[in-house]
Amino acid sequence: MSRGSQLPLGDRLAAGPRGLTSTLAQLPPLRLLLNALARLPLSGHHAVIGLPYLWLGLFFLVPFVIVLKISFADQLIAQPPYSSLVDLATEGYISLKLNIGNYTFLGSDPLYFNAYLKSVEIAFCSALICLVIGYPMAYAMARSDPAWRGVLLMLVVLPFWTSFLLRVYAWIGLLNNNGIINNVLIGLGLIQEPIVMMRTNFAVYVGIVYSYLPFMILPLYSTLEKMDLTLLEAAEDLGCRPLKAFFTITLPLSMPGVIAGFSLVFIPALGEFVIPDLLGGTETLMIGKVLWDEFFSNRAWPIASAVAIAMLSLVVVIMAVQKMLAKHAEASQ
Amino acid sequence: MTFHARRLMLSGLTALLLGTGALTARAEEEKVLNIYNWSDYIAEDTIANFEKATGIKVRYDVFDSNEVLEAKLLAGNTGYDLVVPSASFVARQIQAGIFQPLDKSKLPNYKNLDPSIMKILAGYDAGNAHVVPWMWGTTGIGYNVKKIKERMPDAPIGSWDMAFKPEIVAKFKDCGVTMLDASAEIFPSALRYLGLPTDSQTAENLAKAETLVMSVRPSVKYFHSSQYINDLANGEVCMVVGWSGDVFQARNRAAEAKNGNEIAYFIPKEGALMWFDTMGIPKDAAHVENAHKFLDYILEAKVIAAVTNLVQYPNGNAAATEFVDEAIRTDKSVYPDEATKAKLFPNAVNTPAYDRLTTRAWTRIKTNQ
Repeated sequence: MSRGSQLPLGDRLAAGPRGLTSTLAQLPPLRLLLNALARLPLSGHHAVIGLPYLWLGLFFLVPFVIVLKISFADQLIAQPPYSSLVDLATEGYISLKLNIGNYTFLGSDPLYFNAYLKSVEIAFCSALICLVIGYPMAYAMARSDPAWRGVLLMLVVLPFWTSFLLRVYAWIGLLNNNGIINNVLIGLGLIQEPIVMMRTNFAVYVGIVYSYLPFMILPLYSTLEKMDLTLLEAAEDLGCRPLKAFFTITLPLSMPGVIAGFSLVFIPALGEFVIPDLLGGTETLMIGKVLWDEFFSNRAWPIASAVAIAMLSLVVVIMAVQKMLAKHAEASQ
Repeated sequence: MTFHARRLMLSGLTALLLGTGALTARAEEEKVLNIYNWSDYIAEDTIANFEKATGIKVRYDVFDSNEVLEAKLLAGNTGYDLVVPSASFVARQIQAGIFQPLDKSKLPNYKNLDPSIMKILAGYDAGNAHVVPWMWGTTGIGYNVKKIKERMPDAPIGSWDMAFKPEIVAKFKDCGVTMLDASAEIFPSALRYLGLPTDSQTAENLAKAETLVMSVRPSVKYFHSSQYINDLANGEVCMVVGWSGDVFQARNRAAEAKNGNEIAYFIPKEGALMWFDTMGIPKDAAHVENAHKFLDYILEAKVIAAVTNLVQYPNGNAAATEFVDEAIRTDKSVYPDEATKAKLFPNAVNTPAYDRLTTRAWTRIKTNQ
């Protein structure tokens, strides 16, 4: 076997037509892939590190490229219901037809922008509520007796043992007009008429905050637990009151946890479909629902894909901001 | 890792990716049949009796929306041998090449089908080449008899006025009014009420229907296509624009619970939508023989009559009517008489552009956006 064939596949690719690889390498996902390929290992322990890349490539990059491709197609009545981008009909030519109309269409109707905006609003407020509820919980857990921490941690994770869908359904039983909460309140004589909670934005918030709270608590807990408590002792020795010590020491030190927890709640809540569909009212307009309508009611897979890509771009921007904030938080420590 | 090992891994991966395709392409027909039908839409022993008679193992999955079924069919390779879309969806699906023509020589019971139903279905499936009817029904109004009477003793029962006249609907607002969350059901009904053609597919007429629905929107508690069954049964809502059989299910549940809610259903006299659910075999089905056997089985009068007895929807089988429970077969809101039947109209098959307009109008109605 020649030396050449023993070169890692990525190196061989990179050594190919320079012009092409260097342009393609500008695209972040492709750069990631090329980097991954360049590191494609000869030894076993490199293979272990390569696995996550393979995973990402197969289950994120490939589906992403497929969705991206569909977003440039035309809607058809066929199986599958969109046109092919590449046309080989004319002999000797490969014609590539990209329909950017799907993206310009998103701009033509305020529905899409409003839905994005509402999704951002709901996701942001949910993340904020999760932070307000989750921070004291994580704080209490991190400062509790180490013997108890394992149990408390387990209690936070425990709901995951039941299906997410079932837990959302359980909320219907709680929030309904003749549900448990209303029945108890009426039984106690506190209210006469049931409080309408189901099919409102309130129910959506309850559902999202309940479902995603553990994702806020866990990163907060891990940063708070690792914190050096002698800093607080030093502050006390220097005459700092506990409340001030919390805001000048604990909170800034836990910022990486806050940012991580915030994005772990915000990002999935942004594209949430199940919770607003089951608990939300008809007026709850989130981008997940708009996407559903495009895909299922209009059978417009290309436009649905364009909606998804636009949402992904939004998430990427938010993640970039978050990364910047996290770096800033780390640097200031 | 050697070069060979890596190539081995790659080929393994390829095999994994191609595996699904290879499985469905298997030549000989095993004794298996995969059916995808609506939920709560079959008698308890229909499948068991078929399995006993033929030795074919049936895998029975359920769905609850045409849209979900269609998305799967359009993606292809569903693995199902028989699916049950509504006729208004089937027309487009046939156009997209999803269904294979039926081999009627394998369906001796085909003669049992009601010619008048088959004639309407031919409007969706030219020459009745691809699908046979499963059940059909109407989209009308279900209501809580006592609660409506309390609020309006002279309520215009029997007319779309109940749902589409703002000052009347407003009277029932406090006890709960709901509509199907389906633009394809509500807009044609609204157009019919307005005396406009239901199949003109013009933006102008659609706008009129939208204005009408918008005018009663403040009195509508929610738009949902299944929640109303329970809510009507336990008294959370008092009037619904819904599907006939679903309202009857609500009526039966209320009767079982003995909660004092008397539920009734009427087909509005102005005319109402009639819809059909049909069974067809996808082109990529692996068990075509077995699918035909099952189709012929459900075309047997007694088999399909048993289904009607449970789900309370009429079937498209003329020979089956005599085996349907008398209470159901003589109930004019289930089996409408000829005069009522003449006023029923089938759902039109929309162009994608009109679909988009209706979906958009529907979103406007629901969200004010």
